[in-house]
Amino acid sequence: MKKTHSSMTSLFEPTILVPAMVESFKKLDPRHQFKNPVMFVVLVGSLLTTGLYVQALGWHGEAGASFILAISLWLWFTIVFANFAESMAEGRGKAQAESLRRARKDTPAKKMSKPTQGASFETVSATTLIKGDVVLVERGDYIPMDGEVVEGVASVDESAITGESAPVIRESGGDRSAVTGGTRVLSDWLIVRITANQGETFLDHMIAMVEGARRQKTPNEIALSILLVVFTIIFLLVTVTILPFSIFSVATAGKGAVITVTALVALLVCLIPTTIGGLLPAIGIAGMDRMIQANVIATSGRAVEAAGDVDVLLLDKTGTITLGNRQAVAFIPTQGVTTERLADAAQLSSLSDETPEGRSIVILAKEKYGIRERQTQELGARFIPFTAQTRMSGVDLGANRQIRKGAVEAIEGYVRKAGGIFPDDLKSSIETISKSGGTPLVVAEDKNVLGVIQLKDIVKGGIKERFAELRRMGIKTIMITGDNPLTAAAIAVEAGMDDFLAQATPETKLKLIRDMQTGGRLVAMTGDGTNDAPALAQADVALAMNTGTQAAKEAGNMVDLDSNPTKLIEVVKIGKQLLITRGSLTTFSIANDVSKYFAIIPAAFVGTYPALGALNVMHLATPQSAILSAVIFNALIIIFLIPLSLFGVPYRPVAASRLLRDNLLIYGAGGIITPFVGIKLIDMILVALHLV
Amino acid sequence: MGLNDFIQTIFFLIVVLLMVKPFGSYMACIYMGRPAGLNVWLVCVEKWIYRICAVKEEEGMTWKTYAVAMILFNILGVLVVYAIQRLQAVLPLNPMAMPAVSPDSSFNTAVSFTTNTNWQSYGGENTMSYFTQMLALSVQNFVSAATGMAILVALIRGFIQKQMNTIGNFWVDMVRTVLYILLPLSIVFAVVFVSQGIPQTFNKSAVATLLQATKDSNGKLVNQQELALGPVASQIAIKQIGSNGGGFYNANSAHPYENPTPLSNFLELLAIMLIPVSLCYTFGCMVKDRRQGWALLAAMSIIFLPCLWFCIQIEQQGNPLFDKLGVDQTTTAFQSGGNMEGKESRFGTANSAIWAVSTTAVANGSVNCMHDSFMPLSGMIPLWLIQLGEVIFGGVGCGLYGMIAFVIVAVFIAGLMIGRTPEYLGKKIEVFEMKMASLVALIPHMFILIPTAIAVLTVVGKAGISNPGPHGFSEVLYAFSSAAGNNGSAFGGINANTVFYNVMTAVSMFFGRYWLAIPMLAIAGSLSAKKIVPSTQGTLPTHTPLFIVFLAMVVLVVGALVFFPALALGPIVEHLMLRGA
Repeated sequence: MKKTHSSMTSLFEPTILVPAMVESFKKLDPRHQFKNPVMFVVLVGSLLTTGLYVQALGWHGEAGASFILAISLWLWFTIVFANFAESMAEGRGKAQAESLRRARKDTPAKKMSKPTQGASFETVSATTLIKGDVVLVERGDYIPMDGEVVEGVASVDESAITGESAPVIRESGGDRSAVTGGTRVLSDWLIVRITANQGETFLDHMIAMVEGARRQKTPNEIALSILLVVFTIIFLLVTVTILPFSIFSVATAGKGAVITVTALVALLVCLIPTTIGGLLPAIGIAGMDRMIQANVIATSGRAVEAAGDVDVLLLDKTGTITLGNRQAVAFIPTQGVTTERLADAAQLSSLSDETPEGRSIVILAKEKYGIRERQTQELGARFIPFTAQTRMSGVDLGANRQIRKGAVEAIEGYVRKAGGIFPDDLKSSIETISKSGGTPLVVAEDKNVLGVIQLKDIVKGGIKERFAELRRMGIKTIMITGDNPLTAAAIAVEAGMDDFLAQATPETKLKLIRDMQTGGRLVAMTGDGTNDAPALAQADVALAMNTGTQAAKEAGNMVDLDSNPTKLIEVVKIGKQLLITRGSLTTFSIANDVSKYFAIIPAAFVGTYPALGALNVMHLATPQSAILSAVIFNALIIIFLIPLSLFGVPYRPVAASRLLRDNLLIYGAGGIITPFVGIKLIDMILVALHLV
Repeated sequence: MGLNDFIQTIFFLIVVLLMVKPFGSYMACIYMGRPAGLNVWLVCVEKWIYRICAVKEEEGMTWKTYAVAMILFNILGVLVVYAIQRLQAVLPLNPMAMPAVSPDSSFNTAVSFTTNTNWQSYGGENTMSYFTQMLALSVQNFVSAATGMAILVALIRGFIQKQMNTIGNFWVDMVRTVLYILLPLSIVFAVVFVSQGIPQTFNKSAVATLLQATKDSNGKLVNQQELALGPVASQIAIKQIGSNGGGFYNANSAHPYENPTPLSNFLELLAIMLIPVSLCYTFGCMVKDRRQGWALLAAMSIIFLPCLWFCIQIEQQGNPLFDKLGVDQTTTAFQSGGNMEGKESRFGTANSAIWAVSTTAVANGSVNCMHDSFMPLSGMIPLWLIQLGEVIFGGVGCGLYGMIAFVIVAVFIAGLMIGRTPEYLGKKIEVFEMKMASLVALIPHMFILIPTAIAVLTVVGKAGISNPGPHGFSEVLYAFSSAAGNNGSAFGGINANTVFYNVMTAVSMFFGRYWLAIPMLAIAGSLSAKKIVPSTQGTLPTHTPLFIVFLAMVVLVVGALVFFPALALGPIVEHLMLRGA
């Protein structure tokens, strides 16, 4: 299967690179810069130094015109580089949006007068459809808008949305009733009730999301912005007060010149956290981008961030932890009955049973006991389907042979009523099956109990390792199942889950989530059915399956297009990665300041106090080259860190302390050392090129 | 560091450390309302105070009500202290017939003592009557200290309460702090101080006849000396315990009547450290995780101890210029050696340096030597400790809540770095907490740098500077650092009793105190309303060596980044020039 979205776009993709370059100059607009206080300060500084340059050209300048020009240019570059990072992130999103937009063609729709098969319809444009309209979609047609199937079964090609080329089945009722606009019906027909207006569809959401058009700042991003603003204000204060300090020092020392405004602006821009300030928007957009690449659509950035914090994960047993269906694994007859007889009766009762369990019984009978499939018509059999009242199904072969299979209590009642007895020896077998996580299905013929079929849940391969990974991330896993506690416990152990909720109903699920939340936990849940909707709405992070019902998708705050419930692990990783990238670059940015001081402070004051030359530990050539090198380093580091901000700092599921230690060493200690090397190198290059 | 000095330093540190647990848990019992001796025996006094003050003991306050009560109480304090100084000439207990204090000095002193700064632009023994010393200044020594501790306790409640909108009762916290902690300690220390020779009397000054007559500055013959007395011991006890630092005498604890013996010196040092250090343990007890308290103490200590060692070391080495002049600065049995300028010979360099570092780490501000006379780098240590925000132990209560503001910033960054929205002690740190913690981090810097800039630009500001060059700059920087940090110690060498400095330092002191206290109370209120998140494997542990070092680094890096330029133009360049000379 080919996935169209998950292919990583190269960093140097010219279709993204070139427009991003153009865009980064357009973004010099002060109205755009104002949204990012750190970069706005740089913009003001650039304007100020440009003014000083003009002054130095025409009148008497405070320093050499070429020096002011160099500083001014590099300050402008600093903003352009930051803009470029943002444009790159946006560009990558736009490229995806473009491919999605192609799916949103103006398709003709067959609007029906009433939602029944055979009703008349008129062909209208899809754009005119509103919520509540009913349309007919036939083979080869595109589904015009998001909706819910009210009638029919069809195979649908959803590759435009999911990138998954295998067609999926969509049918009315049940958990596969939701269809997405822009997908195509491959066979049969569907009657669909439209559930979204123009501009509110799934596709619209996706496009807006990847384009970053409706991106709102997440709470953590806001908190970080506040911290960055405070650092900016503090350093503004520091640099502004340096001027009077310098005036006083020059007066008292009686030599040197007062620090120039150009040097002060240079120092300010170097000190304020421009690295993280410039890359912050790009990090946020790239985080969303990674979600899309994982084929998950989040309705808000807040949900993505919350995913990083999840500490409890609720998973439905069926289809997530176990393979969708239980399978028959053994026939255990009661005393005096042969296994073959039991197998024969079990097979007969299941011939017309189209449930997966029923089919697995027929297969087991054939594989283990060589009992061939028979045609029910030939036997003159009448199939008794399962109902919630009887909790049994079976077959009547004429008037004198009635075979039933069903839950223990149901069959016990059935044979008692017919005057039979329930054999005691079977009870221990039933208990053994329950304890091992299986489901016992008792088979009776007339008033005689023949034995029990062992149905077993098959735990998905590799799932245990996934849960172990979650545990290392500090996330507790809870299995939700309708099974009895015994069965549930056995499966939970087999799958390596931390806990389980047995005999779950929508109410108990909701209560479990509420209790967890009251205890301060952040709960994530995956679900697809309508009965999951209340719990999904309550959960902090709710991942709905794309194959699920519309109700489930609306209740969730993320939709997985691949409909893979363990995708939550990816979502958690992406959420964490987003925070880690921001945190690491903030630390790096602040740590950088140490060396910049050692470049700029001696340079600025060495004229007044020659003794301060001792602080020039990097032995930078001249005061001017020192200041210029620091400014150039500050601008270039943004460019160098663009790949990191787009791809994110990798997350590993290790203990929190270890993660902190490693990231502190790399971005904290690294942040202190790197600029010493970088500034010195730039200074050497400037000297070699005779630029200073 | 010589062996003698080393033993003295280690002995001091061990005794402080031994006090932490017993005294810290005693304070925790007091604040949590658990029986701890005094609060059983004196409970009738406590209830009686509530009755006559109409305080409803059980009634909790929201953070806003708490803050309003705190501010009103403190403003009342300013007014009362101001009024008493202005009226002292007509008030009783004025045997030396002191006239009214000038309006600007009165205002400065009133703000200084209510904010727990105890910056003194006056000389105590020749300005204040006994009445003023006792009822204006000493009373504020008690209640300003109690205010800081009350705010801390309210903040701690924010961490331990779940989904509540109250943070305790300000009046109850004040009464319990004064009645069960500050008063008993003061009585014990005052009695011991009297035994060491510190005066405690209402008599007027004693007069002594000089053995050798001398001449004053006007050339007049002087053969008598006036020995100022008063109720000194009681005031010195609370001055040290409550991290106030305002001396009875102008020379503060360098004065032989305020700190007569090596033992009194040791006990006063102990009193300086006792509550700020022990409160860390109290914090651990109250949040039911003692490791958290030890962690904060450890983070403070890994900044404090190197500073202490460095300062003693530099002072011990003496002044290179004196070496060139042939002055004997070596340590012998008869002299302590090192840089003895501005120091008392009964204390020597080591005990002076220990005091200087302790009094500035703790926002105490009392001195037993002149910081102005320290070597440039060892003088920078006290200055820098103040500039770190008075969070290395810091003033009683306020030091720890200032440190918690840094913890909030540290867990925020660390939380991001491990990919979780930050939390501390199970409380999520969100936008509101970050806003408030940012204010706490920002304000003190503002009220140090801006007034210093104004002072070095204006004629009135420069008029107070008596030393030329970088040292003069250090003096001004120190004055405003001390004021905004609510420390109160003076570098000296600056004439601060002018209208300009009195008003400017008063403003710094006021905002340095309340613009920190109110955001911290807001954080308390906001945290109190939150749920407690149980910790998991993914939670960042905040008691590990890693986090302790990280927290210390955050404090150091912020302090270093903000003040590096200013320090470079003051003590650092002075040191480099001295070395070059």
